Amino acid sequence: MQAEFATALLDAERQPPAGLLAADTTERFAVYRNNVVSGLIRALASGFPATEAIVGADFFAAMAAIYVRVSPPASPVLLDYGATLPEFLAGFEPVSELPYLADVARLELGYTRAFHAADAAPLPPGRLNDLTTHRIGALRVALHPSAQILRSAYPVAEIWAMNTGRAPLREIEDWAAQDILLLRPQHEVAAILLAPGEAEFLRHLQAGAALEQAATAALTEAGDFDLGAALAAMFTRGTVIAVTD
Amino acid sequence: MNAMLPHASLPPRAGTAFKPLHFAALQSGDVAPGFLEVHAENYMGDGGLPHAQLGKLRTDHALSLHGVGLSIGGAAALDRDHLQRLRRLCDRYQPHSFSEHLAWSSHDGAFLNDLLPLPYTEDTLRRVITHVEQTQTALGRRILLENPATYLQFAASTIPETEFLAEIAARTGCSLLLDVTNVLVACRNRGEDPHAYLARFPLQQVGEIHLAGHHTTEDRHGAALLIDDHGNRIAAETWQLYESLLARTGPLPTLVEWDNDVPDWNVLLTEAQAAQQLLDRAARNMKAA
Repeated sequence: MQAEFATALLDAERQPPAGLLAADTTERFAVYRNNVVSGLIRALASGFPATEAIVGADFFAAMAAIYVRVSPPASPVLLDYGATLPEFLAGFEPVSELPYLADVARLELGYTRAFHAADAAPLPPGRLNDLTTHRIGALRVALHPSAQILRSAYPVAEIWAMNTGRAPLREIEDWAAQDILLLRPQHEVAAILLAPGEAEFLRHLQAGAALEQAATAALTEAGDFDLGAALAAMFTRGTVIAVTD
Repeated sequence: MNAMLPHASLPPRAGTAFKPLHFAALQSGDVAPGFLEVHAENYMGDGGLPHAQLGKLRTDHALSLHGVGLSIGGAAALDRDHLQRLRRLCDRYQPHSFSEHLAWSSHDGAFLNDLLPLPYTEDTLRRVITHVEQTQTALGRRILLENPATYLQFAASTIPETEFLAEIAARTGCSLLLDVTNVLVACRNRGEDPHAYLARFPLQQVGEIHLAGHHTTEDRHGAALLIDDHGNRIAAETWQLYESLLARTGPLPTLVEWDNDVPDWNVLLTEAQAAQQLLDRAARNMKAA
């Protein structure tokens, strides 16, 4: 019974399952269908507000109604529902003229993950000065559990900020690629623009590389990578929670 | 039966659902609700603001943890990971009560995000009893099970809902969460008198009451179709049912729910104060009797 019921909930073309009693089983079954689909659309809209603002609420609801049928949540914890929405958007023909939309959704996914990530106390910026006494290149750092690095070919941080009321709407003059760090050292998630090479540096550190390896990777990618500035910024922002030899 | 499990209890006062947008107003307000209720699944992230807020609220308020995703009425085995997440929340926040629904919400790995109906038969009764027992064992506490809002019935059902719930409570030792709005919605939708339903309900097992707003529309045949949308003030008819119920039970912990189009804190608090007045009156009448 539940198999038939569940299948018909997500497929509007299907008849309601047999064995239901009501004056009009199709109409009554439609209440459940609507609850399921509209509830999941609301869950997506709350996790992807900028994506919704860019395409408009009606378009978002229609698009989300398709997504929820192909990718219903796999868990009753809806906090991170929509993990595959960016890939869905990247392949969704009606939004092909908004090539940055999938990256905006990636940023929003990262924001939600940072928001709910485990708590950890960042090391104070002063700890950076202690590091010079060690064999600095061999050190490894643990990044804050909320740290998410996003690389986009589009100015997604600005697009996101303008579409969530964090920045006024205006023409974007420099339509350039952006590397972004999402970080929540206390309770507020910050979207921080990274300098050239910094994303590569942080990604290597996050994967467990020593400082020297991470710096080499960053310099290989960006000749103007500034290790001193990157280290200082990392501590000032509260990105580091531990340093190990 | 899990006879040794401790019995959870909320204060017999009017509480409110907690929504994060009300955090500041709740912290600075002069009037505190009798208790707060949160949906367990909204606190299953690892950290951050939701846990910081709930931790602060828990020091000042009695807490009811309300699950909406365990699928106790599901045909499949209970989700062990989800039981563990619930256990961690109960251990961390020590809520006065944990409740779930007589409904299912997951099937074949997909979470359908709604409280779906089940036929009431000897088979489903056995299954729900097993699932309630497993939940109580996993959480180390008795739970409350809530009557559902339903929009249709099953030809296969052989047991009235009130009897089905009474049997689960008797066999598992769980308490019942009586949602008065759900009684009204389900009874009207199947053409039954809600007073008659309440007359049969095993009231001695009730550990909490829920009240919420609903939406009334008409189906294609001109019959009333009530939708449990939690997006409105509590209807006059719900208040009447609640009042006649309290006349029989005396004061019981009562929650005002509001999940959609959530209003300002004052509006929600006013609804809770209206419930509190009826609770106070019920307490006076019990004393006089």
